[in-house]
Amino acid sequence: MTISVKIFASLREDLGIDGASIRPSDNMTTLDVWKRLTDKKPPDNLLCAVNHQYVGFDSAVRDGDEVAFFPPVNGG
Amino acid sequence: MHIKICPEAFNPWSEVADYPTHSKMKPGSYGACSVFVGFMRDFNLGDKVRCMELEHYHGMTEKLLTEHAEKVNQQYDLAELLIMHRVGMIYPQDPIVLVAAWSAHRAEAFDGCRDMMEYLKAKATFWKRESLEDSEDQRWVDNRKAMS
Repeated sequence: MTISVKIFASLREDLGIDGASIRPSDNMTTLDVWKRLTDKKPPDNLLCAVNHQYVGFDSAVRDGDEVAFFPPVNGG
Repeated sequence: MHIKICPEAFNPWSEVADYPTHSKMKPGSYGACSVFVGFMRDFNLGDKVRCMELEHYHGMTEKLLTEHAEKVNQQYDLAELLIMHRVGMIYPQDPIVLVAAWSAHRAEAFDGCRDMMEYLKAKATFWKRESLEDSEDQRWVDNRKAMS
């Protein structure tokens, strides 16, 4: 199993990737997932979700999870 | 309750007119329907806008809207709630979003409609990228700068 990562909107263009598949490690957090993707510092307004639920950057990530990073939302 | 993400244009007025006949509501059981429709403008931040692409996070968007619609339904004792939102390429004056709330009395319909719409603006995972008039430039719309 792996962790599926999705990247949306302007962040996708900033990072140059729309997602990734990464191997989990022990006690992994969403911030650890970010660091596997890029050396860049997370933007101040970065948002994060695990399995379609908003979470913080210290949230635990487990094998099989879907993690998403994206900029502030803008619907309606 | 019905939530639909629409890749094609929709007519909000016919959707609102038709919905009661397809829903669980019985004729005479509701006394109010509050409707909000959002349209695309042809201007933003002092620039003319030619078209706009709406992106969403499939799965998360539907989950968030469904969860909040269930809360709103219960909190305001709504008879029905209809939410539709465009994705894909849209043009000035196209409807972007429809929220319609039916209830026994007007206060619940007004409040439920507004609550759902404010949640959608603040939390639902949509993003907009504008193409400007007389330009090949595109830009992501920042929710904190755009006129809501």
